[in-house]
Amino acid sequence: MYVKQISVFIENTAGRLADFTKALAESDIDLVSLSIADTTNFGILRGIVADYDKACKALTQKGYTVKLTDVLAVCVPDRPGGLAEILAKLAQKNIALEYLYSFVRNSGKNALIIIRVDKPEEAVKALEEAGVKMLSQDDVRAL
Amino acid sequence: MEHKIWNPTMECMPREQLRALQDERLKDVVRRVYESVPFYRNKMQKMGLTLNDIHGVCDIELLPFTDKQDLRDHYPFGMFAVPQSEIIRIHASSGTTGKPTVVGYTSGDIDRWSEMMARGMYCADIGKNDIVQVAYGYGLFTGGLGAHYGAERVGASVIPISGGNTTRQLMILQDFGTTAICCTPSYALNLAEALQAEGIKKTKLKSGIFGAEPWTEAMRVKIEEMLDIDAINIYGLSEVMGPGVAVECMCKQGMHIWEDHFLPEVIDKNGKSLPFGERGDLTFTTLTKHGMPLLRYRTHDLCTLSDEPCECGRTHIRMGRVMGRTDDMLIIRGVNVFPSQIEHALLQVEGIVPQYMIVVERQGTLDTMEVQVELSPEFMSDTVRDVEALEQRIVNSIAAHALVHASVKLCQPGSIPRSEGKAKRVIDKRTL
Repeated sequence: MYVKQISVFIENTAGRLADFTKALAESDIDLVSLSIADTTNFGILRGIVADYDKACKALTQKGYTVKLTDVLAVCVPDRPGGLAEILAKLAQKNIALEYLYSFVRNSGKNALIIIRVDKPEEAVKALEEAGVKMLSQDDVRAL
Repeated sequence: MEHKIWNPTMECMPREQLRALQDERLKDVVRRVYESVPFYRNKMQKMGLTLNDIHGVCDIELLPFTDKQDLRDHYPFGMFAVPQSEIIRIHASSGTTGKPTVVGYTSGDIDRWSEMMARGMYCADIGKNDIVQVAYGYGLFTGGLGAHYGAERVGASVIPISGGNTTRQLMILQDFGTTAICCTPSYALNLAEALQAEGIKKTKLKSGIFGAEPWTEAMRVKIEEMLDIDAINIYGLSEVMGPGVAVECMCKQGMHIWEDHFLPEVIDKNGKSLPFGERGDLTFTTLTKHGMPLLRYRTHDLCTLSDEPCECGRTHIRMGRVMGRTDDMLIIRGVNVFPSQIEHALLQVEGIVPQYMIVVERQGTLDTMEVQVELSPEFMSDTVRDVEALEQRIVNSIAAHALVHASVKLCQPGSIPRSEGKAKRVIDKRTL
């Protein structure tokens, strides 16, 4: 139950992100979720798209370095404490978070959070056992 | 002005007499390399040269050249002319690839080096009453120990502080009452600015011997004004000996090459010896070195030679400032760096050589080197940690293979300009 995330290397200089979003537009790619980790010299843009194969090909063709990673798209009750409960489940199993960020869109009454963990299989198992809903790639396409 | 001369017999020897000495010493060194270094024997045999063909300096053009690549091909000790038991010291400098260029010294070589550096100390008016701070790096690099021997030989009090750590340099300079300093000219400017920043106007410094990188008359004026000293230019390279192959006297009109020990030539790109005053590739034959004698070693430093008599009374010819290189070597904070070394360092990390560019700048008084490297897809990661770790691995690899600190900037593929024909790998923004 994973979702493919695309990560793109972007130099931290003026205009680079504008160029990148233009490249997305030209390739007719819609980001349904987005986050950027930045350092002084570069940023890593991470996002979820409906058709990652197409996105990957289009961006590589335009000269970007793209990497695909399995991440969890977790439905989180949209109320105080919602995220805390889910993260507690992972912590109990000693699963470390690399990073997380939220979806642009909601799924019903739930917020959607992208979570990258060090042990994806164990994380999926732990969350499924706890009855936490996660989206598949097909679900993402339908969003 | 009264000029202090360490060894007047040799330094002021009439030119005819000096030539006769060179004739004898040249024949001697040719015999030594022919008998003891297979590289030279093979070369001479192939050229059909015998020892009897070399009668003196007039026959210098018959002899084969030596290039850095020859030292590389005989790494590490293949160019030594004496058994290892006779070698008492090994130094090394940057090679053009991963391996350094190695030089070996006999105890006689170290003695002669000390003597020549002592001449240099006297040139800069440094003697037994002086306190000399040697801020060249000590180690495989010849700068620190070379200056050290010379200062000891003249009886000065030597502070072997080595390079870097400006705060400590300044403390010792003031507390110990340093009167003379040896370092790179850019570091001298750096120290001068640091002194100014601390509001220190008066020190006991009176002279400095600066070298290991090219500098200009404008820099000399600035260093002399800021530190209130005489700034003396020195030249050397480890392959030929180390610092002190040539040193300026107080006339500051070019560096006297110690011709009783070295036979200099300036050659054009076809390998033809050029007359005095013409610019070309500076080439040395070592006349008295025993550990690793070299015939016609091409330094790839561009300069001119002058045989105009010097007011100081020394008869040895003078070389002008180094005006550039005939190869792609860079000098970064006194360290020789070849782009091929950077390429080798990148190869070690990535297994292939990515597109890269070396950008050299002078920030304030110190050189900086940035290596821009296009990120290869297989090293792309979704975490900052992995990408930063790659940057650090490249920094470490460059430090290990090129002995220089470079900052590394990863770039998007395609962002480094491609050139048609020969790849342009270096952007040097320094203006000297």
